[in-house]
Amino acid sequence: MRATQKLAWTAATLVVLLGLNQIFEHGFGDFQINPYYARVIELIGINITLAVSLNLINGVAGQFSIGHAGFMAVGGYVGTYLTVYYGAAVTGWFGVGVTDAVGGSIAMVVSLIGGAIAAGVAGLAVGIPSLRLKGDYLAIVTLGFGEIIRVIILNIPSVGGATGFTDAIPITNFFWIFAMAILTIVIVRNLTASTFGRALATIRDDEVAAEAIGIGTTWHKVMAFAVSAALAGVAGALSGQLFANPLNPQNLNFVKSIEVIIMIVLGGVGSITGAVLGATTLTILPEVLRGFDQEFPGLRMVMYALLLILMMIFRPQGLLGRREFGWHWLRWPNRSRIPVALTEAGDTKAHTPAPPGDPRSALGEGDEEGDSRG
Amino acid sequence: MASAVTSSAPVLELRSVTQRFGGLTAVKDLSMTIAPGALYGVIGPNGAGKTTVFNLLTGVYDPTEGEIWLRGTRIDGRAPHEICRLGIARTFQNIRLFADMTVLENVMAARHLRSRQRLTDALIGTRRHQTEEREMRDRAMALLRMFDLERHAEERSTALPYGSQRRLEIARALATDPILLLLDEPAAGMNPQEATDLMDLIRRVRDEFHLTVVLVEHNMKVVMGICETVQVIDYGEVIAVGTPEDIQRNPDVIRAYLGAG
Repeated sequence: MRATQKLAWTAATLVVLLGLNQIFEHGFGDFQINPYYARVIELIGINITLAVSLNLINGVAGQFSIGHAGFMAVGGYVGTYLTVYYGAAVTGWFGVGVTDAVGGSIAMVVSLIGGAIAAGVAGLAVGIPSLRLKGDYLAIVTLGFGEIIRVIILNIPSVGGATGFTDAIPITNFFWIFAMAILTIVIVRNLTASTFGRALATIRDDEVAAEAIGIGTTWHKVMAFAVSAALAGVAGALSGQLFANPLNPQNLNFVKSIEVIIMIVLGGVGSITGAVLGATTLTILPEVLRGFDQEFPGLRMVMYALLLILMMIFRPQGLLGRREFGWHWLRWPNRSRIPVALTEAGDTKAHTPAPPGDPRSALGEGDEEGDSRG
Repeated sequence: MASAVTSSAPVLELRSVTQRFGGLTAVKDLSMTIAPGALYGVIGPNGAGKTTVFNLLTGVYDPTEGEIWLRGTRIDGRAPHEICRLGIARTFQNIRLFADMTVLENVMAARHLRSRQRLTDALIGTRRHQTEEREMRDRAMALLRMFDLERHAEERSTALPYGSQRRLEIARALATDPILLLLDEPAAGMNPQEATDLMDLIRRVRDEFHLTVVLVEHNMKVVMGICETVQVIDYGEVIAVGTPEDIQRNPDVIRAYLGAG
């Protein structure tokens, strides 16, 4: 894509998001969105950011982290703290208040950047020692990290301690949630599709072989982990400043991390669109199942668990497996015919009775051996 | 021994390298000098320490004692990926391809170490990113063409037949621009015809890429057929170095393989 095209796409996306934001926050004519649905949609956006970012380290690089809620907490508390204690001062330079449309956006940018940096640095601090080692150390260390962060937050009165950060100013809106979800998808997608993404995939497949072709496995793992953590921090900063949804250490324990892991496992580990699908499904599902609770309290979570178990039995690779959903799915008949034809031709050639020189032999160069170098 | 100076500067030099694992001495006082462009074979009975030598050369192990020099750079104690960057590429005895990646991606990934782009280039998709991506793809395709794997480029690497996987592994190693190629039992599991083709391939790779090739091999026909120098180790110690003819006549070698009798 050219630079101009990129700018055009970015501008179009922003315009669409701003338009939707307007409808979402203020309604359109007589239409007013149901606040309950609005909240579910907001949570979907935040969960997409969480799931897609976790997918970078767990799915693409194959390192099992169970501390995503910890990084979300770091980013969330730092981001919210910045708005609560410095938001007014920063927006004051521009002559606007934190609760204005413009002021809120300025405060949001500061808060998002602050949250991302804080969570990214935390990611480096956790990742550098634990990712030097092969194996399950990352899982153990991230689990511990998440709990440490939770306990630290409980003991800081200026961020609300056990009651939660109730001083938070609700500046998160539809625009910021989905702008960040899209940004996360773009970052993870570009990284995955690049040479860095291939390097991460080699680490997932075989670390010894990855080192043997010159890939510094530690550096790449730490890089992916820090990016993933920073994006979780962004999700935290958004979540902490939602209206009537203050951050609470109780909600950011390892159960939250597991929830995000379930999202990517459900969608298909390693697939970005799978993570989006998983985040959406798992945010909506408990809400849809709410009806069961009226019949028989507690049945909802039983159904939820049952669905997940069935899912793992009948589709263990997740909804999308490692594939990506895209436009090409809509014209699959054409697409699949070409490669099949190619492989068929290749196979016929390979399976015909071997002529002298045996091109079938594993190392056979065929008759045109000398010319085969292009 | 460490002060020995050869006329043509060696590509690889091991100076009295010893590797101990606890009480076991896997490699003992091993010295080796390999001239540029050589086809060098390392043989020995099972458990003689051949693969340990490869693991020492590629940085998987740190030698307990001794020094390893690659074209005037000391490489022992460095990480495997740094050693690869300095110019040693290898294949594995039990093939280690990236199973979830395509044939093409396997080779493209091996160009990553020569990449000059920054993370931000990939994130924004700069011109440098795009040109380099194209270069990587072209280089990888050229290698696949040379190894007759081009038509399998988009297939999963592990879906290839065994012999093709071996060739793909060599292609992947070559993609790192090595000066020294280490082949760990490349003929393992091959029938005589395949082994003969492999010998041609190794010779061709050496000549066309101007490489030095070191191979560890059990298949005597392959070793004696292509290696110009053969080094025999047993119980981690060198028992003979010489041309294939010398080695075949050497009484110590015969004793190591067949026992005293």
